Amino acid sequence: MSILSAEWTALLYLAAAVCFILALKGLSSPRTARRGNLIGAAGATLAVITVFLSAKLDNIPLILLAIAVGSAIAAPISRRVQMTQMPQLVALFNGVGGGAAALVAMLELGHSEGPWVLVAVVFTMLVGAVSFAGSAITVAKLQELITTRPVVFPGMKWVMTLAVVAALVIGGVVVATGSIGWALLLLVLGLAVGLLLVLPVGGADVPIVISLLNAFTGLAVAASGVVLDNVLLVVAGTLVGASGTILTRAMASAMGRGVSGIMFGAFRGGSTAGSTTQSDRPVRSSNPEDVAVMLAYAQRVVIVPGYGLAVAQGQHTIAELATTLEARGVDVAFAIHPVAGRMPGHMNVLLAEANVPYESLKEMAEVNPEFKNTDVVLVVGANDVVNPAAKTSPGAPIYGMPILEVEEGRQIVFLKRSMRPGFAGIENELLFDPKTTLLFGDAKDSLTKVLGAVNAL
Amino acid sequence: MDPITLLTVIVLTVFVGFEVVSKVSSTLHTPLMSGANAIHGIILIGAIIVAGQLDDPWLIAVALLAVALATANLVGGFVVTDRMLGMFRGRKPAVTSKDTTK
Repeated sequence: MSILSAEWTALLYLAAAVCFILALKGLSSPRTARRGNLIGAAGATLAVITVFLSAKLDNIPLILLAIAVGSAIAAPISRRVQMTQMPQLVALFNGVGGGAAALVAMLELGHSEGPWVLVAVVFTMLVGAVSFAGSAITVAKLQELITTRPVVFPGMKWVMTLAVVAALVIGGVVVATGSIGWALLLLVLGLAVGLLLVLPVGGADVPIVISLLNAFTGLAVAASGVVLDNVLLVVAGTLVGASGTILTRAMASAMGRGVSGIMFGAFRGGSTAGSTTQSDRPVRSSNPEDVAVMLAYAQRVVIVPGYGLAVAQGQHTIAELATTLEARGVDVAFAIHPVAGRMPGHMNVLLAEANVPYESLKEMAEVNPEFKNTDVVLVVGANDVVNPAAKTSPGAPIYGMPILEVEEGRQIVFLKRSMRPGFAGIENELLFDPKTTLLFGDAKDSLTKVLGAVNAL
Repeated sequence: MDPITLLTVIVLTVFVGFEVVSKVSSTLHTPLMSGANAIHGIILIGAIIVAGQLDDPWLIAVALLAVALATANLVGGFVVTDRMLGMFRGRKPAVTSKDTTK
């Protein structure tokens, strides 16, 4: 049915596009962010209603059924997923979006005419498939279903080059012939390129890859808008592509590297320092009571939370410890590395979940000059983001990544499960420093004991 | 849509995207990624248009798969972003009543 005229359809799509821009704009402050997101959701709802009222559609009952199935699967997962698993979920949703775009373009191939539209079909299919396969590998790495180390095999560089060249050639054939058989092959090659692109990326760099693939899906959606002659898809896709690109670059610079270095670093075979296993050098370990005394009689404490804290579900306990110390007159702040956790800003979400007010969360540039005036730096379940190897050992995989300069602190306390190295797989010299004290154990357990000991003082 | 109009739309959108996102604080980078992720779920309308034009049952099945995947992207993206943003709270007024300078 087409109740709406072309003009009304275009106007309603424009309204939806404005809603999406407002959704992103709302994120400039935590106060307006939630309302912005709701505006975005309203825009999406408006767009979906508009498409039903404007296009001549068959199979409407089946389409509604598919929408119901998609919602019934996604909504409960989104409500129940733990905040620690957020990066996997974002990668998953990104992958299915890319997959959907690739399928849409392939189905439109028969209706597409003109070289530019066919180029857009090929682009959407290829980039959508890369995003789908790449996201699948990202999810597997984050869930630790496969190794978090870079996966490389001899000659991978050549296989990758061959796959990309083949994809471009076959893409050209599809543009020239419009053949669905070649298009299927293109889809398969796109998936292969996605796999080969993400497999060699090391665990610590996975957050950047999620953001990059997010931008890819955005571009695929924009290209699908060209295929379907739909302005809303062009605008929404371009918006995500542009914002994803900015975010990816901001994150890469927060880690002190170029995007290409992250994506192709493993091909160059540079990161030999990543192979160190745990050593048996002596460290100074302590007990919860001593740590409690150090914390309670300090002037200023900076807490550096890492992913280990989240895994142990210790964010609520650490929030309580911070409140308790503040009540005793200790100045407490949280120092958050931009890539703490498994995606940028992940740690902020986890601490927000534990009711830590966002004013207490300090960014790296803000907190680094303050470490030398800090009595005790409490590092909980973080490792790579405080590892001085990023500044001192050029062979290390994290070399060049800006770190939280906790080594400047007067005393450093590490809460660690074991001497196992961090996500990047390298050892931290700071653990053997004379001013470092270690408290071994599950982060939440240790924090509960320290909290109990502080309360008993 | 003629190519020049299309190019105009794309170029202006790129600038809007750069402008809007460069103002997002790093505190909100995770919700930003998740929110942008939800927005590209709008490929759903493309999937609906395609699914509504097909006759072959196999192709319809593929199109319906695309509809379901796109819906998961769109619905899941917005729900999870809302859940995350609901957790960000400022200091309680009772604790620091004078903290109005920020």
